[in-house]
Amino acid sequence: MSETRDIDMSVRIGGLTLRNPVMPASGTFAEGLESVIDFNRLGAMVTKTITRELRAGNPLPRVVEQPGGMINAIGIPSKGVPYFIERTLPCYTPYDTPLVVSISAPTAEGFASLAAELSIPGVAAIEANISCPNIEEDGKAFAMRAESTENVTRHLRAATNLPLWMKLTPNTGDMPEVARAAEAAGADAVVVANTILSMAIDLKTFKPCLGNIMGGLSGPAVKPIVLRHVFQCARAVGIPVIGCGGISCADDAAEYLLAGASAVQVGTATFVKPAVMVDIIDGLATFCQRRDIPRVADLIGATVIEEADEPDVSWLSPAS
Amino acid sequence: MAVHRDLSPETPPPPPPAEEDDSHARWKASVVSELARVVDNRAINAEYRHLVADCGEESAQARPGQFFQLLCPQPPGGGQPFLRRPMSLYGVDPEKRRVEFLYKVAGLGTRGLETLRAGDRLDIMGPLGQGFRLNADCRHIVAVGRGAGLATLAPLAKAAEARGIGVTAILSARRPDLLVSVELFRHHGAEVITVTDSQSTSGPANVERLLRRLIAEGRCDAFFTCGSSRLMGVQQRLAREFDLPGQVAMEQQMACGIGLCHCCVRDFNVNGEIVSRRVCWDGPVFDLMEALP
Repeated sequence: MSETRDIDMSVRIGGLTLRNPVMPASGTFAEGLESVIDFNRLGAMVTKTITRELRAGNPLPRVVEQPGGMINAIGIPSKGVPYFIERTLPCYTPYDTPLVVSISAPTAEGFASLAAELSIPGVAAIEANISCPNIEEDGKAFAMRAESTENVTRHLRAATNLPLWMKLTPNTGDMPEVARAAEAAGADAVVVANTILSMAIDLKTFKPCLGNIMGGLSGPAVKPIVLRHVFQCARAVGIPVIGCGGISCADDAAEYLLAGASAVQVGTATFVKPAVMVDIIDGLATFCQRRDIPRVADLIGATVIEEADEPDVSWLSPAS
Repeated sequence: MAVHRDLSPETPPPPPPAEEDDSHARWKASVVSELARVVDNRAINAEYRHLVADCGEESAQARPGQFFQLLCPQPPGGGQPFLRRPMSLYGVDPEKRRVEFLYKVAGLGTRGLETLRAGDRLDIMGPLGQGFRLNADCRHIVAVGRGAGLATLAPLAKAAEARGIGVTAILSARRPDLLVSVELFRHHGAEVITVTDSQSTSGPANVERLLRRLIAEGRCDAFFTCGSSRLMGVQQRLAREFDLPGQVAMEQQMACGIGLCHCCVRDFNVNGEIVSRRVCWDGPVFDLMEALP
């Protein structure tokens, strides 16, 4: 703690000031983590995605490990809104840390009504998980296309005055375009990104390793890919980008901030090292201290790009 | 504030919370990940290996039925296990600050564990989950185990002895030479009945006959079981017939081990309603009558 004394660790995400830029990724955080880390150390807390309907989740196996990561297909098990308000929310109210509630719904209207219902005391922001299938668009995730992203964001914006974060999928051809659509429709921040659609096959049985056949890849293996998405999205929008993808240590977090993220989410790393978020917070302070950087926010977007180093857009273009 | 719950009735109540508005200073981890020092790691039969490690104060508070998440080293030939591996507690000594595990080399993680030598470090995280509850009004319990369940049930022997509760252990394996925990149970005063496939004594019908005899003799106030859904079924039937309580330790593939990821869910029958629970957090020990095979 003494090491963090001199560094201003706070960052701003729209109207919300966080004590530091480190928070959990949705789906990797629950009350149980409180047995390992002090939630009052975190920049924010992010709930597992809540849906209005009761969802059992996917058949097992729900996870398969990969070199440098894992593929999961949990399927957003949800006990619904009343359970969340009565049972889950009170677990987090004792903490002096903003609670971000992740929501999902199969329609834009569904998102809006859920956001409205959850805009209650104790909830500091809404994170809309629009990486889930949209039943109005043949099951394509909202965040696959700019139009559906803009539409769902507009509905959400009209439904809540809370800060609105849109969690985007990397499984689209053009994340910057989708991020711009979210910004245009009134999002306060974009979270870049959800997991990367992938699969694995068991060579003993010839069956897919996951009960859901396909799942989302996360962990260190995805970091360079998502870092690139963050870099591109941060250049495309004026609203804050929250980086999420394979962050396992303070250096990873610093890299994301340099790429343009205003804050970071840590997910899979917590499964391996449950106190890793606290280590990252302390490590970021040390990182700044060693370089005489007074504020962690000074790192945001500070990647040095010389004029001659501008990326060649012909091969960085989304179509490639 | 609700730190890792432990429902054991013999657990002393948690100390009253300190200053209500000083949660920062009050918070203390109840689950730690630490670098334990390997004391011993050797084969005890053709299948199982016994790992002993010196650990810190928190880990040494582990209770029967709880488990640890081990960050296994890379085995020879490469392939670093990415996730931790759940491993049920085989033994614990709070004074010596020592934990013991029993494992079968089966995959990437356990092949890595096999390489550990005395003096090596092993990242262990725990103690985790809800352990067995030894009710004070129990006079005599029956422990029925097979496979990994032989290790999971083992710490009950010492805990029951310390509370003056009698134990009969029915230990099942494919062959007599693959049985484990027999001496450990006997050392703590338990009666041990071994049943094996090779001697044709391990079938559900024979185990049921043994259990009926124990019930008739008044030596079965509760069932404790792990490692065989067939044997669990036998005990559920008898528990219903004779109105006896029971607990079962369940296994499931896990990722986080602390209830975050919902990878290790199983269905349970709670008063006729099917309820999904996390084995790592709500268990791994559950009410026998609510468990489904």
